[in-house]
Amino acid sequence: MHFMLLFSRQGKLRLQKWYTATAERDKKKMVRELMQIVLARKPKMCSFLEWRDLKIVYKRYASLYFCCAIEEQDNELITLEVIHRFVELLDKYFGSVCELDIIFNFEKAYFILDEFLMGGEIQDTSKKSVLKAIEQADLLQEFH
Amino acid sequence: MPAVSKGDGMRGLAVFISDIRNCKSKEAEIKRINKELANIRSKFKGDKALDGYSKKKYVCKLLFIFLLGHDIDFGHMEAVNLLSSNKYTEKQIGYLFISVLVNSNSDLIRLINNAIKNDLGSRNPTFMNLALHCIANVGSREMAEAFASEIPSILVAGDTMDSVKQSAALCLLRLNRTSADLVPMGEWTARVVHLLNDQHLGVVTAATSLITTLAQKSPDDFKTSISLAVARLSRIVTSASIDLQDYTYYFVAAPWLSVKLLRLLQCYPPPEDAALRSRLTECLETILNKAQEPPKSKKVQHSNAKNAVLFEAISLIIHHDSEPTLLVRACNQLGQFLQHRETNLRYLALESMCTLASSEFSHETVKTHIETVINALKTERDVSVRQRAVDLLYAMCDRSNAKQIVAEMLSYLETADYSIREEIVLKVAILAEKYAVDYTWYVDTILNLIRIAGDYVSEEVWYRVIQIVINREDVQGYAAKTVFEALQAPACHENLVKVGGYILGEFGNLIAGDSRSSPLVQFNLLHSKFHLCSVPTRALLLSAYIKFINLFPEVKATIQDVLRSDSQLRNSDVELQQRAVEYLRLSCIASTDILATVLEEMPPFPERESSILAKLKKKKGPGNLPDIDDARRNVNGSTEHSENTEAPKKSSPSLVADLLPTNRPRPASSSPIMRSAGTMGTTHPFTDLLNLNATPSAGASLLVDVFSESPAPASVDVCEENFLRFVCKNNGVIFENQLLQIGLKSEYRQNLGRIYVFYGNKTSTQFLSFSTSVASCDMLKTQLNVHAKTVDPLIDGGAQVQQMLNIECVSDFTDAPVLNIQFRYGGTLQNIAVKLPVMLNKFFQPTEMTSQDFFQRWKQLGAPEQEVQKIFKAKHPMDTDVTKAKILGFGVALLDGVDPNPANFVGAGVIHSKCTQVGCLLRLEPNTQAQVKMYRLTLRTSKDTVSQRLCDLLSEQF
Repeated sequence: MHFMLLFSRQGKLRLQKWYTATAERDKKKMVRELMQIVLARKPKMCSFLEWRDLKIVYKRYASLYFCCAIEEQDNELITLEVIHRFVELLDKYFGSVCELDIIFNFEKAYFILDEFLMGGEIQDTSKKSVLKAIEQADLLQEFH
Repeated sequence: MPAVSKGDGMRGLAVFISDIRNCKSKEAEIKRINKELANIRSKFKGDKALDGYSKKKYVCKLLFIFLLGHDIDFGHMEAVNLLSSNKYTEKQIGYLFISVLVNSNSDLIRLINNAIKNDLGSRNPTFMNLALHCIANVGSREMAEAFASEIPSILVAGDTMDSVKQSAALCLLRLNRTSADLVPMGEWTARVVHLLNDQHLGVVTAATSLITTLAQKSPDDFKTSISLAVARLSRIVTSASIDLQDYTYYFVAAPWLSVKLLRLLQCYPPPEDAALRSRLTECLETILNKAQEPPKSKKVQHSNAKNAVLFEAISLIIHHDSEPTLLVRACNQLGQFLQHRETNLRYLALESMCTLASSEFSHETVKTHIETVINALKTERDVSVRQRAVDLLYAMCDRSNAKQIVAEMLSYLETADYSIREEIVLKVAILAEKYAVDYTWYVDTILNLIRIAGDYVSEEVWYRVIQIVINREDVQGYAAKTVFEALQAPACHENLVKVGGYILGEFGNLIAGDSRSSPLVQFNLLHSKFHLCSVPTRALLLSAYIKFINLFPEVKATIQDVLRSDSQLRNSDVELQQRAVEYLRLSCIASTDILATVLEEMPPFPERESSILAKLKKKKGPGNLPDIDDARRNVNGSTEHSENTEAPKKSSPSLVADLLPTNRPRPASSSPIMRSAGTMGTTHPFTDLLNLNATPSAGASLLVDVFSESPAPASVDVCEENFLRFVCKNNGVIFENQLLQIGLKSEYRQNLGRIYVFYGNKTSTQFLSFSTSVASCDMLKTQLNVHAKTVDPLIDGGAQVQQMLNIECVSDFTDAPVLNIQFRYGGTLQNIAVKLPVMLNKFFQPTEMTSQDFFQRWKQLGAPEQEVQKIFKAKHPMDTDVTKAKILGFGVALLDGVDPNPANFVGAGVIHSKCTQVGCLLRLEPNTQAQVKMYRLTLRTSKDTVSQRLCDLLSEQF
């Protein structure tokens, strides 16, 4: 995976994770371009599109779009489920997650994503393992 | 599970975020941010030492501000301090900040690396994980240098915790993608493969990703993973879904791991071991069977996960391309998906089927779905799905269904989205030619293309229709009639005027017998379009007019009047003016015989492949595309077998880019008419308009073949095998067979060069009548002087003689001289011809310049024709030092610190020739991120031919 973006229907970027070195300027350009393309698509359209030399896999959950860029030979459907698993993790952690949770606890959202994906590859697909890691971290901070 | 306490409530942060959200305008937001930045700055600068909590809070605020899209230029030091905190959350925020805002500030990198080192050695798994994440997130070369050798040992150490193993595996994967050269292979690789057997499925998943990446680069080292992967896969697909507990996802057993294992197996051909092979076949069959079972859940997650595995299995089946039953089963499965209500599945089925169409085993089965696919083209609401349908139609096309498919594509083209029109045009043009039994159909198809989507018809396409009409006598009359009719339309596309002008100029006589298309009617029809056309088209039309004068003496006076008019004779465009003047003069002074000779019908073009496909082939490299069929499939995106490393990845979008070179020949300036105005009689007036060669050779050879390269002077095959190896070096062996070895030592200064050629007799017998000569084509003779000293006619067995060549570069050149060698050995005459490695870049003088000067020059050379760019696949492993050496060997100065991206290479130099000096700037950008290592090479010089030649030479070197 090259990157993952979370943005709202209003075109506000809520989370961005880049797994390949990209210059800040290019990042901004790419985000702008992709938001435009994805937000213009209608609900029944397919979740995949070719963009530059990458494939984009996206899915909308409530007001948020989750959008991943993968390579030509990567599996689109499993990427859709990567997104879904991430949403499940957020949901479990925040208890029915909403956009505001991600805005106000953006650092937590990044930590959860890091536990789940690393270098653009899935680190652990077990929901329990990932959440255990996060909980442990939370416990660590409570004892201080 | 209840919501965990969300952090330790950085209240200040929450307040700040609310403030920002409450801002009514962008200005208000910026104001609020600036206020906060000032506040944080003063806290950081204050005398009072901040406690960890405050530091964390402020660093987190800075991070938030940065993520909003604002620049942050301080706080890095405080973040680095947090790394050495022993409080987890402080450390965590520190790492997050560093990962997001890496700064290649070298002092900081050292400090960061120290902190990481401490955490890696802490034996605290949580800290180790943070450190590994940071390395993977940053993934820079510096990080790789510092840690690449340490991580493998963490990964395979017996006492490492599972979670750390997972992080270590993926961290190594990331470093391998960015700086493969720094990751040492070794004893650990064998142990990594055995992680596929690990009990912990999380570890297996992470390890599979790593092994796949490594196996793509060096398959041989990881061959042992095949049997382990098959065994693991087999256990998963046969397990009951509950066996894997938390790794079961919506009733699908370990879908991620299954997909990854199937991906890993795609790095290899089918297993040779029969038992292993049948076990794998069983797995694949089981997966296909499961697709037919009723779903265990209605949730889309269930079907997605299940089908993700299915599609990956189909990819593997296609990759192996060896089991007909599986291929046909896969094809039928995809056929079901073509009508599925899920758009996603229809899209993927169309995509996968494209690759199945190229397998001999499944091509026929794919064809049975033609009606469904055509229907998809008509009814799908999503352009990306329609695009897939076009691709599939193209892939499944053969002689039996070509007419239907081309007709459907043409009718789709009328309403097709602009974004994919050009590609469809090319595909239709290729199919129409490839499957034309009847060339009238071909001509109709291309004219239809121009009518429907004229703007998207590239030069290659209309050049090609003209070539074919000229070569096929049976279609000429029909073509003339058809273009004549098409031109009747009140508004027709300029491309049609070009094709019409050319064809009527050649074959208008074939329809002139009919009074409705008499010569005068034809001329008036063409001329009615004249004023609406661009200069190149007008130039072409003028040539058509002079051809008319020859074909139809009765309209001579009318045409002369037109040529004589002020708007022609005094046209401000020099090319048009010159044509008008010359054609008028020619028509006045030349006798009918001379006119008939000069303006004779074009001779047939040598049978050659379509320039559209030629472009494709050029990209793929020779040898990989034995016939048009394969080219077709490659365009269309079949996955290539991994052992065929030269093969391209699928790339429908790049097709268009590839077929349309940015530097098209420009008839106006390089026209042979202009250059040989005095000897016009020998120049064919039409050739320049269709001249696809960047460097037209002068004179009569144009008449013979405007397309081919200048013929080699010797009848023997010229050996070019080692030619390109000398681009970046001056000494070495250029030729060797059983008898003779030829070595070279060369030196160059300014526009002069000297080559010492060493001829070594490898036999024990004397060579007699040894003689050499250096031959250049006519064009090259004017550009390069080569003077050879004589050489001794006898070479004793085992002896070596030397010959000196003096070289002078007169102007820039593309071709290379050929060294012809002749001698007698044991009674037979030996002839050898070797292309001498005298290339344009040999006359480089390196130029050092500052970054500022460089960019200034770079901008000055910004005209489109001055730049040549090429994107190509790496043929050798990427190694910075080797690349540097090659660029230096190429002759330019390597400029450090000019390019903002340190991974790129920038060079400058001046080409010296007797006539001029040409400054040259180059930039080479390696892309190590992609699966397939690519480079982008950009050259800018003040002369287009120089840019092109240098780019061609250098791009072959990596």
